[in-house]
Amino acid sequence: MTKKLHIACKINGQPAEFLAEPRNSLLEALRDEVKLTGAKEGCNNGNCGACNVILDGRLVNSCLVMAAEVEGKSITTIEGVATKDGLHPLQQCFLEGAALQCGICTPGFIVAAKALLEKNPHPTEHDARHFLAGNLCRCTGYDKIIRAVLEAAGK
Amino acid sequence: MKDITYAAPKTIAEATGLLNDKGDRARILAGGTDIIVQVREGRRDIDALVDVKHIAEVNELTCDAKGLVIGAAVPCCVIYENKAIAKAYPGLMDAVTLIGGIQIQSRASLGGNLCNASPAADSIPVLIALEGTCEIAGPKGNRSVPVEQFCTAPGKTVLGRGEFLVRFRFPPPKPHSGAAYLRFIPRNEMDIAVVGAGVAVQLDGSKCKSARIALAAVAPTPLLVADAGAALVGTTLDDAAIAKAAAIAQAAAKPISDMRGDADYRRHLVGVLVKRSLAIAIDRAKP
Repeated sequence: MTKKLHIACKINGQPAEFLAEPRNSLLEALRDEVKLTGAKEGCNNGNCGACNVILDGRLVNSCLVMAAEVEGKSITTIEGVATKDGLHPLQQCFLEGAALQCGICTPGFIVAAKALLEKNPHPTEHDARHFLAGNLCRCTGYDKIIRAVLEAAGK
Repeated sequence: MKDITYAAPKTIAEATGLLNDKGDRARILAGGTDIIVQVREGRRDIDALVDVKHIAEVNELTCDAKGLVIGAAVPCCVIYENKAIAKAYPGLMDAVTLIGGIQIQSRASLGGNLCNASPAADSIPVLIALEGTCEIAGPKGNRSVPVEQFCTAPGKTVLGRGEFLVRFRFPPPKPHSGAAYLRFIPRNEMDIAVVGAGVAVQLDGSKCKSARIALAAVAPTPLLVADAGAALVGTTLDDAAIAKAAAIAQAAAKPISDMRGDADYRRHLVGVLVKRSLAIAIDRAKP
């Protein structure tokens, strides 16, 4: 086995260090080493968005980033979306609007929607659907998800 | 994923040295949206990923009177957020805004799209239409190759041992010129082209001065159909001239039948997409 790499980065605003094999994805490192299991492995090939995190301000699929690449970078995961004052408006609106069924896609949708609202605080329905096209929900919950995102945008 | 090594060279010389040592056991990592999946799924057997994103030249992005330079690893989102490029090269915008979803556009690069050498790659037809050239670095020095000569077969390129793609160069937009890329997919986003068409035209008054037409997903490599562009030169770009160019492009297409569409359907789509993309390019070329 190839020697493990020592990676230092920032996760959810806090300095973080972990060990990873060169073959590990960021998703594997987050879940297995850092023990942040909010990002989910859905397809593991960049289609479903369940593993979405924000990397240096950009929304990415963490299954398509190598752990070794994040040295010195800043990562926001679903665990960093709520604050000490409570849930993020997106989380509150997803809950109140029942915008989830099984919940596997939900962390990815909320992280992606957060990236959308940071770029475009008042998206149209079309904007939201277009931006979230890289997130799949297999419980067929898109209408409720889009309604929750648009409602959160107003808050 | 199988056991691999990861290297992040900081200079071109360091990268070509590493690549020369490892030969085809190493692949470049830029945005990773293709290579990571291929290695994970066992479709590419390699021992090393060479991350080139710490090399300054592959991150270059300049758009000025001398033309456009795009480093091979610059992600799509950085290209389409650049207002100077969006204004001067709207045809390129067509392609970089529809590759994958937002998450893919955060990482995927034009260099990766070309080096992956998929016949269906969305960016390649318009890179060809815009007369892009590839600057390649290697252990024996640098060389330039026109984009249309870069891919040699599905997944194969002209890159030799130790070589890698550093950046693209495009000439400045010609006066009264326009380009466009259109693809057909059965849904609105996040799909692989059944057929893609990238075109560029230059007008001289009411007549066509030059034209280039390139296709994706209808041959083992992206295809420049030089005769189709030549057929438009000197015409007023009337319906008959455009129909003739579309017919030449259809005849040049050698599509396969697969789950995305059969060969006849693809040939039909070539005609439709060439006509529609030309209409957009001509509109953009008008003063």
